[in-house]
Amino acid sequence: MKIGVFICHCGENIGRTVDCPRVAKACEWLPGVEVSIDYKYMCSDPGQNMIKKEIIDKKLDAIVVGSCSPHMHEKTFRKAAVAAGINPFLVEITNLREHCSWVHDDIEAATEKAIEMVRMSVEKVKRDQPLTTIEVPVTKRTLVIGGGIAGIQAALDVANAGYEVVLVEKEPSIGGHMSQLSETFPTLDCSQCILTPRMVEVYQHPKIKLMTFSEVEKVDGFIGNFTVTIRNKARHIDEDKCTGCGLCITKCPIRKKAYNSFEENLAHRPAVYVPFPQAVPNIPVIDETVCTHYKNGKCGICVTVCGREAINFDQQDKLVTEEVGAIIMATGYKLYNIDKKPDDSIYKGYGEYGYGKYKDVVDGLQFERIASASGPTEGEFKRPSDGKEPKKIVFIQCVGSRDESKGFSYCSKICCMYTAKHAMLYKHKVHDGEAYVFYMDIRSGGKMYDEFVRRAIEEDGVKYIRGRVSKITEEDGKYIVKGEDTLAGMPITIEADMVVLATAMIAQPDASTLAQTVGIPYDKHGFFNEAHPKLRPIESTTGGVFLAGACQSPKDIPESVAMASAAAAKAMVLFGSDKLEREPVVAKVSADLCAGCFLCKKVCPYGAVEVREVKTRDGVVIKEIAYVNEGLCQGCGTCTASCPSKSVELAGFNNEEIFAQIAAL
Amino acid sequence: MSEEKWEPKIVAFVCNWCTYTGADLAGTSRLKYPTNVKLIRVMCSGGIDPVFILKAFERGADGILVSGCHPNDCHYNAGNFHARRRWEFFDELLKFLGIEEGRLQFSWVSASEGKKFVDVVTKVTNDVKAMGQFKAYKDLNDEFTAKFPEPVLNEKEIIMSEEDAK
Repeated sequence: MKIGVFICHCGENIGRTVDCPRVAKACEWLPGVEVSIDYKYMCSDPGQNMIKKEIIDKKLDAIVVGSCSPHMHEKTFRKAAVAAGINPFLVEITNLREHCSWVHDDIEAATEKAIEMVRMSVEKVKRDQPLTTIEVPVTKRTLVIGGGIAGIQAALDVANAGYEVVLVEKEPSIGGHMSQLSETFPTLDCSQCILTPRMVEVYQHPKIKLMTFSEVEKVDGFIGNFTVTIRNKARHIDEDKCTGCGLCITKCPIRKKAYNSFEENLAHRPAVYVPFPQAVPNIPVIDETVCTHYKNGKCGICVTVCGREAINFDQQDKLVTEEVGAIIMATGYKLYNIDKKPDDSIYKGYGEYGYGKYKDVVDGLQFERIASASGPTEGEFKRPSDGKEPKKIVFIQCVGSRDESKGFSYCSKICCMYTAKHAMLYKHKVHDGEAYVFYMDIRSGGKMYDEFVRRAIEEDGVKYIRGRVSKITEEDGKYIVKGEDTLAGMPITIEADMVVLATAMIAQPDASTLAQTVGIPYDKHGFFNEAHPKLRPIESTTGGVFLAGACQSPKDIPESVAMASAAAAKAMVLFGSDKLEREPVVAKVSADLCAGCFLCKKVCPYGAVEVREVKTRDGVVIKEIAYVNEGLCQGCGTCTASCPSKSVELAGFNNEEIFAQIAAL
Repeated sequence: MSEEKWEPKIVAFVCNWCTYTGADLAGTSRLKYPTNVKLIRVMCSGGIDPVFILKAFERGADGILVSGCHPNDCHYNAGNFHARRRWEFFDELLKFLGIEEGRLQFSWVSASEGKKFVDVVTKVTNDVKAMGQFKAYKDLNDEFTAKFPEPVLNEKEIIMSEEDAK
């Protein structure tokens, strides 16, 4: 075997601490090396041409390039090798820059180390096998998990490009948190007015398969080829028969047993319900936990009134399997519930604010419902306890955000803006009312955002107090808010009629379970991790899984929408080609050696190991052996290290190649 | 080689996604560490066979570092958990094999922890330096070869084998 060694100076980057000519000279003597030369910039055109020329002239079989990290230029040199007619996997990169010249000062020691490193690579390349890239087909369908504004946007973008979409939402209706909002900052647009047309568009789109009241249960496969199992929960109402007339809802006698979670528990709902009037699809759900029929088999008024015979008490959950090529995660957020927590809870809560104890201490989303024209108070400001109009409201920001001792270390990003909006909406309707905002800092970065906060302060006269609130107590229907004005340097007490807490945005409680199902990493708060915080913010580290909206970190609506469109674009990039090429670094089982213990099957994180029967010509089964599905195998090599008979090897990193490197130390 | 000039030979088995990239970052940040460590790249720490470690010790390594992604951060979801379990047992076994504690070290270094990579590598180098050369296997080998020297072919056999070759 003839090997060529090419040592790059990388200008001065390697040449400064590694004596490149000496390395090249020393490598000439290594067994198998036909030619060993150094050059100023190997990755440049003249450098690559030099490699190509040497390969052809000296009839080289394999090359070693001593240059920067393989993560930088491995592809460049592989391409050059292919152009000169050798297999791209007979190219080894020795990382002389990141792992040698840049991290050492001593020229003598660094040069010695460089020679040893090249020697290891030469020994490895001798054992390298020529490999061919694997082609896998792409299913041009997308699964979008979550039907909030991010999921809606992503689904519409992908569908409008002509690809099929499966949109899965766990609630009975799509719309997410945006459908709960009264108005949106900084334009004070009515949230539902801009959202509902999108929801209807999703419902009517021929390319979108909408699955509400459904959850993703299992994800198998890999980029371009996922098989997803979705549990369609039983609504107890036949979706095909129901016309959404709502007669069952109006006639249901169970009116006060369940809280309406869309109204943030400020109102009740019947046992059969749609979350809100504009729900998409407009098909009700029967709540088994409160419905009389499930208690004693009686009632059944809904069955009597339904003209379409759509009520089906015996309906069961359905499991649906879908084949998709890309997955977009858009599961959104939840608000931090700051009730007083049990002592052993990891979340401390804010017992001193009396949330959950005092009816008029509400969180941001509850206030949205109070302010909303479609909310329980029909847009009039009435406090939950006695329905009186509050004349003095205190807003407290950063409840749970930026507070590691009781909440979370991060900033929830949107609270400064929505608190300004809340105060503004209140002042627009209650002209003689007073609004106080306790804040730590005002973070209003964004187009027209700071102007919006200034408008709240200057035009609408909202009083901003820099400081924290220590305690809220109740006296004769008034809430005594005790805090500190840190700019004036004195304690302050306000007698308020109502208190609104801007509680932290947190990840969905089941986000980590879902992340494990889909196979993507998440951070300590439960937000999904992006592949690179700056340059790959849309992709997860798992190929073919993209992130959109607040499931990645707290975000406002425009950011979520932008991210959703970006995720859609990423999915479409994937669909741009019919086949995906992937590196042939996969495990392979030797049928002769395999004893069929299937330890590899147990340790494989991808379920890529299958059982295969070995038969004689007469069809008699002799033994069962392991077989690696190269479409599923991601090439970690965990099986190779576990195999007791060493009968499974990872292409490109097989035992012989590693041992050769060890021997060359 | 005299004792004063002796420099430990250390091998690091690192995963491609976290520690190798972390080592790249150490380079990009121009951090400095001793030249004793040579890296062998594998795809995942889960794919590092204990036999690699033994072989390296047999071939004269004085210390070995195994490093992969942090738990829950594995590029392959679970490879590093398998690695962790395996090393838990293997560490025990090493003592039985006559390899002192500390010659084989484990660590998690993520792709963003260039500084940690430097700290880990420096620590391993210093620890191994303090322990001195790993001679147990070499001494055993020498003892064994002294008792049972490699058989030298006599002239007759050489002629026979040459004839076979023809």
